[in-house]
Amino acid sequence: MIGEIFTVTFITGLIGATLRMSTPIILATLGEIITERSGVLNLGIEGTMLFGAAIGFLTTLATGNLWLGVLMAALAGMLLALLMSVLAVYLGLSQHVSGLGITLFASGLSMFIYRLVVGSPTIPPTVTPFTPVAIPLLSKIPLIGPSFFNQYALTYITWILIPLVSIFLFKTRGGLRVRTVGQNPFAADTVGVNVNLTRTLCVVVGGAFFGVAGAFLTLAQQNMFLMDVIGGRGWIAIAMTIFGNWNPLAGAGGALIFGFLDAFQLRMQSLGVNLPFHVFLMIPYLVTILALIGVSGKASVPAGLLKPYRREEKGG
Amino acid sequence: MREVTKRFLDVVANDSVTLELFPGEVVALLGENGAGKTTLMNVLFGYYQLDGGKLLVRGKETVFSSPKDAIESGIAMIHQHFTLVPSQTVLENVMIGVEESFFLNMAKARKKLLRIEEQFGLYLDPDAYVWTLAIGEKQKLEILKALYREAEILIMDEPTAVLAPTETKELFETLKTLVARGKSIIFISHHLQEVMEISDRVIVLRNGRNVAERKTSETAIPELASLMVGRELLERLEHGESSPGEPVLEVADLHAKNSRGIKAVDGVSFQVREGEVLGVAGVSGNGQTELSEILFGQIVPERGSMKILGKEVPVGSSKAVIKSGVARIPEDRISTGLFMDLSVKENMILESHVSEPISRNGLLNKQEIESFALSCVKSFQVKTDGIEAPVKSLSGGNLQKVILARELVGDPKVVVACQPTRGLDVGAMEYVHQVMLDERSKGAGVLLISDDLDEIFLLSDRIIVMYQGKIMGETDIEHADRDKIGLWMSGVAS
Repeated sequence: MIGEIFTVTFITGLIGATLRMSTPIILATLGEIITERSGVLNLGIEGTMLFGAAIGFLTTLATGNLWLGVLMAALAGMLLALLMSVLAVYLGLSQHVSGLGITLFASGLSMFIYRLVVGSPTIPPTVTPFTPVAIPLLSKIPLIGPSFFNQYALTYITWILIPLVSIFLFKTRGGLRVRTVGQNPFAADTVGVNVNLTRTLCVVVGGAFFGVAGAFLTLAQQNMFLMDVIGGRGWIAIAMTIFGNWNPLAGAGGALIFGFLDAFQLRMQSLGVNLPFHVFLMIPYLVTILALIGVSGKASVPAGLLKPYRREEKGG
Repeated sequence: MREVTKRFLDVVANDSVTLELFPGEVVALLGENGAGKTTLMNVLFGYYQLDGGKLLVRGKETVFSSPKDAIESGIAMIHQHFTLVPSQTVLENVMIGVEESFFLNMAKARKKLLRIEEQFGLYLDPDAYVWTLAIGEKQKLEILKALYREAEILIMDEPTAVLAPTETKELFETLKTLVARGKSIIFISHHLQEVMEISDRVIVLRNGRNVAERKTSETAIPELASLMVGRELLERLEHGESSPGEPVLEVADLHAKNSRGIKAVDGVSFQVREGEVLGVAGVSGNGQTELSEILFGQIVPERGSMKILGKEVPVGSSKAVIKSGVARIPEDRISTGLFMDLSVKENMILESHVSEPISRNGLLNKQEIESFALSCVKSFQVKTDGIEAPVKSLSGGNLQKVILARELVGDPKVVVACQPTRGLDVGAMEYVHQVMLDERSKGAGVLLISDDLDEIFLLSDRIIVMYQGKIMGETDIEHADRDKIGLWMSGVAS
């Protein structure tokens, strides 16, 4: 069995699968980092991803256009995020309750819309999903080529987004404002930054990331919509946000580790390792929990997280 | 600012206040806590919208709808609590809000910052993280932030409150440099000596109104002190003979830090005897809150001991304090005094629910609770829809009555009341005062902590004054002199 693990095919397959499986988690983590950096914890992430998965899938099912599906998933995510920001930013409700409420609401809504459109056939409908795009020349490099440069377009885009989000947060005017709003909204207000507008923009952009992350699952990784298609990846993204200390590069790194473990456990199962498959299903989550224990205490939480901002209540 | 008025719901924080500021001068805005100084400045800074009056900048009538407008007009405010982001660098904190391009141009901003540092002699490392800075340096950073925005008018809200004496000296040097370069400064303070030292003119506010304006060179500390604390005496309630007996509450050499790790209580000792009211006066933020928290057993002091009815009580245990029969009336009745979502009756039994007859064998006794609560409501005249109503439906005065009922049932020998009438209307205030005096006549020792000097004078038999965690002075009511107490409150020993 050891021999099987160290074949070239196995390794390229494993790396390729790692990148593929970490894609939705990286996207969701980036979205959550942007959101939380502005001081909002969006626990609606799991439901928003499911809604994106459903809307993206149904759009493509109806039109046959995959990219239109991705676009609609992004819009669907933004719509729910807008609801989140109305509740948590403008009305100042508890971010925990609003987020969980949106997740529960979106789960029901996604299934409802899906049933409304496709009914309940015995065989669920499928779409022709995204196919991997081989990058000319690069994909011919042995070992690296097939694993790194023969991926879905959305995976490439995700990898470009990691440095872009990082540059935005740390090198641009907008990023400085987002960080300040998340750390000390009062300070931001006194220098003329509109706190609630900044937060809303971040929440909505984050929502777009969630929606696309969901659509990746129904339009690329799989080709159908199932109720449990997200499978807790939203919650993993929340954990990765903390694990990565609200830093896009580190967060993506954490998501990558998770993707690797997920890919690894699938391969172990298919090799017929003599253990109940539940044990393997458990591994990535177990490692995540251990990793979180490792970083706890060192994390630098945005100081304004969870706190709604109101002007007139402050001082007297 | 002409006749500026600002209301919060039904409270008038500023009532037709007028303030003029000329280039190159320091105007001190003097007043006690709650006099409306900070509110007035927040209006000037566009943080609050004014409800009446006019704002003129360089002779032109202006409306500021947000701090952004004020900044653009060259006004900067340095808040009492710094508005900095600890996890960011000095440079990032300076440039936030006035970044010039989509991508941060750090090099250009750094050059501008260094030029300003040179020009005003305020030196800070642009790349230092704010959390590594000392308090005085943070304040420098706030000033640099203002100068970076090319502010002409600097509002400084109690800038010396957090500074050590040497840092204060440095700050004053800086302010003199700023004024010499033509900037104008509004300096908010209740420290009379500082006001005398730094300002050209003094404007005194009391209860949200202008009471006086003086040229600093033509006034002196005693005059300012009496202007600040006011002279109108409310009618003193019928007191009855004071015949203090044995000490019921004694503390010795209490030392404690506040939540920010700064020394807040610094060697406080006193005694409260039965049948007397000891008033603790002082401008708020001088350790009174922490003192009350020690007495309530909410925080553990670094050092010191406490005796109740002659018996040593372990410090830092609220259970022990309750057991020794101390009535505790906390400063913040909403967050520490009551559970707003629980009913009147449940709030009434917060402290007695573990003992008979309210509970037996771990089970609450419904009948006992109801008859207990009903009698409390009746004897303290609590206006409520019934004992099942959640206390959040009650008005401020009635909330305080619920606390009084809970704490005073069973005739405690010691009553510790912290700001017992803060935010109450006159009727409720009088009721609370009467209750305090009733407890005194019943023989309890009452410790009254209040930053309302009128209240202290109204109720106390003896007065001690706290300043920066220490007791500045003690006097009995017959010999109490408002001017002298005003000085003690400002840290002037006499």
